[in-house]
Amino acid sequence: MENLDLVAALSRWIHFMAGVMWIGLLYYFNFVQVAALKNASADGTAAGISKHVAPRALLFFRWSAVVTWLAGAALLGPLFVDAFLLRNGMGPMGIGAWLGTIMLINVWVLIWPNQKKVLGMTPASEAEKSKARRSAFLASRTNVMLSIPMLFFMAAGWSHRALFGL
Amino acid sequence: MKNPLDSLWGTVIAGLVLTAVLVFFARNFLG
Repeated sequence: MENLDLVAALSRWIHFMAGVMWIGLLYYFNFVQVAALKNASADGTAAGISKHVAPRALLFFRWSAVVTWLAGAALLGPLFVDAFLLRNGMGPMGIGAWLGTIMLINVWVLIWPNQKKVLGMTPASEAEKSKARRSAFLASRTNVMLSIPMLFFMAAGWSHRALFGL
Repeated sequence: MKNPLDSLWGTVIAGLVLTAVLVFFARNFLG
């Protein structure tokens, strides 16, 4: 029992730290970098961001997403299946877990492969780059949208029960 | 029709609407 408590406590801590990094970088991309790149492109300084900032931010972004999900799964422990099947009182948390999982898939299946083309890490024509830029942008914006209910349901607890009947 | 995800406000409002829909779902359809 004590070992399980220790795993839960460490998992919760790691889940929060990695989650802050993941969603923090997601918000950085959407609230800061997209607009900054647009302005930087206009005065010819975009390379500083796309060459030196974006690849490093994407590195921490995609791996913190993995760590967040794994630590979350460890934190759920024996309740993992109940959460994903939205049963036995784990429904609200399960909704958060599903949203987080969809977001993780978005990162690795849509955002990262498309960003590699945009940043020139994999060969792509200008037309392919343009298409990849739009796909990565929409997947990233989708994740910002999903993060809003995801964080609401991840924070499910007594206050949510009292205020929202969850 | 413009994609709401093209603007930050549209994205945030879409997220809030989705939250309300999911709260309704959780309250009414989950045990």
